Amino acid sequence: MSAISETPWQGAWRRLISRPGSVVSLLFLAGLVVLCVAGPWFWPYSESVQDLERAASPPSWSHWLGTDPLGRDLAVRVLKGGQMSLLVGLVATLVAVVIGVSYGLVSGMAWRWLDAFMMRIVDILYAFPFMVFVILLTVMFERKLWLLFAAIGAVEWLTMARVIRGQVLALKKLEFITAARAYGATTGQILMKHLLPNVAGVIVIYASLTIPGVMLLEATLSFLGLGVQPPNASWGVLISEGAASMQAYPWLLIGPAVFFSATLLALNTLGDALRDALDPKSMTE
Amino acid sequence: MLRFFISRLLQGMIVIVAVIVVTFLMLKKAPGSPYDKERGTSAVAREKLDQLYGLDKPAHVQLWMHLQKYAWLDPGPSDRYKGKSVVEIIADSFPVSAAFGLPALLIAIGLGVPLGALAALKPGSLEDRAAMLFATLGICAPSLVLGPVIAMVFGLELGWFNASGWYDSGDWVLPAATLGIIYAAYVARLTRGGLRETLAKDFIRTARAKGASEGAVVFRHAFKLACLPLLNFLGPAAAGLLTGSFVIEIVFQIPGLGQHLVSAAVNRDYALASATAAFYAAMIVGFNLVVDVVQALLNPRIGFHES
Repeated sequence: MSAISETPWQGAWRRLISRPGSVVSLLFLAGLVVLCVAGPWFWPYSESVQDLERAASPPSWSHWLGTDPLGRDLAVRVLKGGQMSLLVGLVATLVAVVIGVSYGLVSGMAWRWLDAFMMRIVDILYAFPFMVFVILLTVMFERKLWLLFAAIGAVEWLTMARVIRGQVLALKKLEFITAARAYGATTGQILMKHLLPNVAGVIVIYASLTIPGVMLLEATLSFLGLGVQPPNASWGVLISEGAASMQAYPWLLIGPAVFFSATLLALNTLGDALRDALDPKSMTE
Repeated sequence: MLRFFISRLLQGMIVIVAVIVVTFLMLKKAPGSPYDKERGTSAVAREKLDQLYGLDKPAHVQLWMHLQKYAWLDPGPSDRYKGKSVVEIIADSFPVSAAFGLPALLIAIGLGVPLGALAALKPGSLEDRAAMLFATLGICAPSLVLGPVIAMVFGLELGWFNASGWYDSGDWVLPAATLGIIYAAYVARLTRGGLRETLAKDFIRTARAKGASEGAVVFRHAFKLACLPLLNFLGPAAAGLLTGSFVIEIVFQIPGLGQHLVSAAVNRDYALASATAAFYAAMIVGFNLVVDVVQALLNPRIGFHES
């Protein structure tokens, strides 16, 4: 069935697209990204233009998702908010991946006492009430966007560090690492040339599962009024505004909530599918 | 056993002290002060205030004084609510959070475990698919989506409960249901995963071969091992549920601990913010300790080793 000359990545891709769920999720996410990035340019309305004659009108042919009490088109605000939510999701995940992977690689390769010490720190950080810290951070200091990225990224790297370190511990006992050492490769070379490519699959899996977690954290913070600040929008901001006026204008809650939930669903489905596709051993189904 | 317990306890203490120190340093570094909103504080009065609260001393002396106050479980008065100690505020608001957090925890376990077990015992069946659909929905409808929706449907449309506030005896129902459903989704996933993995193991085949009934196989043999990942999740989850969810307390306007933390941070009520952080840390550490001990009792292979 499978071609003989297939690389592991090609095999993973084939397994991934053999599932209808992951194909639908991929197409949905690709469409969403294009729509959020390019959509606002072509949209007949701008997110800052107010049409007070049609303020707070329910969804109609001219305003697909309705308008808010200030007469702004909700659809274009959802797209703009999606830009922000997706951006936070990607950048904060990148921060988490870089910290987590470096920490895990170093811990896995380091002397045993250093490894034990580094993992104890991770244990301790796991027990930190992180939501509390993120709240204090975002409130105490000015609500700058880069701080939001950094704070969320700094929270989400722990699991990644643990997983990567476990992989490194298992890998470094294998013969090809011993062989590389015998050839005189330095620890740095072994890390970059032999270990990193071998943990790439795990990194992809955990990064894909981190994105929805990060987006949820951003939405939660924005919902509490601590994240992205109006007039900038993110889905968390829009859901918060919608929840505040849901009795009078329920569509203001429903529109952004549907987009947010659908995106979380697609990202989680894709993450699960990636795990099965990249690690056939874990596939129990 | 005792050694394991003490080493875990020690690690927990380190976490709590670290949380107190980090919050202290963060609040020190933050711009602004709790007196900013009081107008007309003269230079002399400021000096007196600084002396009274020891703010004129070097930072490490202040930190030491700060830690001593926490060691005696007396973090002092709130910076914002005059005449109230932070211990009083926490003692007032924690029971409110627990009053809907505890039922939420019971819903999560009572709904999630049977659903997950049902799904694991009949893989690929209609029950399995339905349970997993529920679990997926719980993950995709987080509290900031599900909370307002439940408040809108059961509070505003049907009028069964108050959509927000904390006045009537039934006000815990909607927030508890929201949180319970969301956590039940995670519990169901973990139960299903743990049970399916365990049921494939050799000792289960042995138990079946001995002629043990299906009920005995699942409940006497498999479940002990299968619920380990679930327990790992439930420790921090229980701490989080009992101390209140920030989002749920904002959505349903409940005067619990979570709301106090957010407003303390906004009001620069340093004493209340750092005491709340320490309280959260203590709860997480406490529940993790319970989970560690229960896990070691359930699975002799984990044992009471130090690492």
